[in-house]
Amino acid sequence: MEELMEILSELHPEVDFEQEERLVDGEILDSFDIITIISEIADTFDVVVPAREIVPENFNSAGSLWKMIQRLEDGE
Amino acid sequence: MNFTSYEFILLTGLILVVYYCVPKRFQWMFLLAASYGMYASAGWMCLVYISITTFSTYLAAVKISKLSGQKADYLKEHRNGMDKEARKAYKDSIKRKQKVWLWIALAVDIGLFVVLKYSNFFIGNINALCSGLEQWKIIPYTEFLVPLGISFYTFQSMGYLLDVYNEKENAQKNYAKLALFVGFFPQLSQGPISRYEDLSRSLYCGHEWNAETVCFGLQRILWGYFKKLVIADRISIGLKTILAAPEQYQGIYFGVAMIFYAVQLYADFTGGIDIAVGIAQAMGITLKENFMRPFFSKSIKEYWNRWHISMGSWFKDYLFYPLSVSKTMLRISKKSRKLLGEEAGKRVPVYLTTSIVWFCTGIWHGASWNFVVWGLANCAVLLVSRELTPVYRWCHQHFSLEKKKWYPVFCVCRTVVLMSALRMFDCYRDVRIPVRLFFGMFTENNFSELWNGGLLRLGLSMADYIILLCGAVLMLSVSLVQRKQPVRKTVSELPYPVRTALWLLLFTAVLLLGAYGQGYEESQFIYNQF
Repeated sequence: MEELMEILSELHPEVDFEQEERLVDGEILDSFDIITIISEIADTFDVVVPAREIVPENFNSAGSLWKMIQRLEDGE
Repeated sequence: MNFTSYEFILLTGLILVVYYCVPKRFQWMFLLAASYGMYASAGWMCLVYISITTFSTYLAAVKISKLSGQKADYLKEHRNGMDKEARKAYKDSIKRKQKVWLWIALAVDIGLFVVLKYSNFFIGNINALCSGLEQWKIIPYTEFLVPLGISFYTFQSMGYLLDVYNEKENAQKNYAKLALFVGFFPQLSQGPISRYEDLSRSLYCGHEWNAETVCFGLQRILWGYFKKLVIADRISIGLKTILAAPEQYQGIYFGVAMIFYAVQLYADFTGGIDIAVGIAQAMGITLKENFMRPFFSKSIKEYWNRWHISMGSWFKDYLFYPLSVSKTMLRISKKSRKLLGEEAGKRVPVYLTTSIVWFCTGIWHGASWNFVVWGLANCAVLLVSRELTPVYRWCHQHFSLEKKKWYPVFCVCRTVVLMSALRMFDCYRDVRIPVRLFFGMFTENNFSELWNGGLLRLGLSMADYIILLCGAVLMLSVSLVQRKQPVRKTVSELPYPVRTALWLLLFTAVLLLGAYGQGYEESQFIYNQF
């Protein structure tokens, strides 16, 4: 989770990722940010995020992103 | 059939009446027959083409969905007897089969779309490239009938198929129902590009006559016709005059053309969407909104989130994201980081994907290079403004720009000017012309043309300008009121005589001020051509 927080904070230092739960719905993350995050996740966690997982529910908070990473790591 | 043709208006009225007369469970079937009937009037081949797209999409979606079901059943049945590796291997084998069906259908859909729409573009380019070769025989142009709205229905079908593939949707097992989703007549000519999830909710169920819904639908149609016939078609006369003689109309005339085209395109396209959404609404069917006051956007990025929303979100969800997360792009990302360093390297895949998406957006709009240039110019502006984000932040902090009252107005004006300038690539096939004319605005001093009668020599009279000005003010006012609630809702809350008078006034305006009369030739909607 720490590594994920680092990725996010580097992208938007001004955002409180521990609290924020509307990253996509609140238009804090745009499509460029999302693919940057996906690319960083691939590098850091060796997890490929498929296109079908790119939905607001998975990117709205650090928590939901973390859950998605874990799910993909488990091969679900 | 063009929305502004008398046949279309009469047939739509008839369809609406019959729609509410047939039993509710048959309404969707009637709509399919009506949609196919309308489409066949443009030529039987159009019906053949749309049927090929529908059938390939239907078949692949059903097969993919069946494989998904098979996978779920198998995994459930062998829940305890399979380890993680075995489960993954099984899932991969199913995915491979699904991929085959997906690619077959996409090849048919895209293949047909490309052959019909882009054959002559390719032939023209090959001929131009090879014209210098000895013994080169010019390839003759094809004479395919390009079906109306092929760009819209092809993309809508592919979106549905990809949703089924990504297990966001179950396949529609009833072929006729899918045929209606693909060929629903109001959205066929210029969108919106509907998602199955949105449209299917109201498309197949029966609808009771509801006076308020029908009334709101008809009012929306009327507003669409006002924008198209009174504003767009009127201003197009002046615009055509300027565009037809770029050598004669230079300097400030290019600025005038920018404004004219921005108004025309907005009135034309949003008018068309109003008519489509209104017709659907009158039948109780909900089409998603395609615009959200785009000219109030403070940046190009925001503008593209609010203009032709269904197309933008289609490209984002079905091209930008899949391309960004593809193995190839992730490999490029790794390599570019190694080669160029972390900061520059991570930009490469983003830039590459964005450029591909905007190339496709450009060529989707028209089979010629000026549209490609327009798309890539938009891409360049978006990427440059993204790179300049730290500069903007610095300016905002040091000059407290966000507290200044004039700043949002400045941002809106900047977006309007920038978008209007970029849009001029649509108007000239030779991309050098708008570039030259744009810079000519700053070098050729003919501002006096604005008040010495020059504008009255464009085919528009003083009365036309007054009508256009009133129409533009009305559109602006409607947009402002819309921010709180739909205008029709606001109007419906007025006393009965007032609201009746208002709608009658609008109806009369369309009748009296629309581009009718002797020699009137119904003009196609701009987005029909896309």
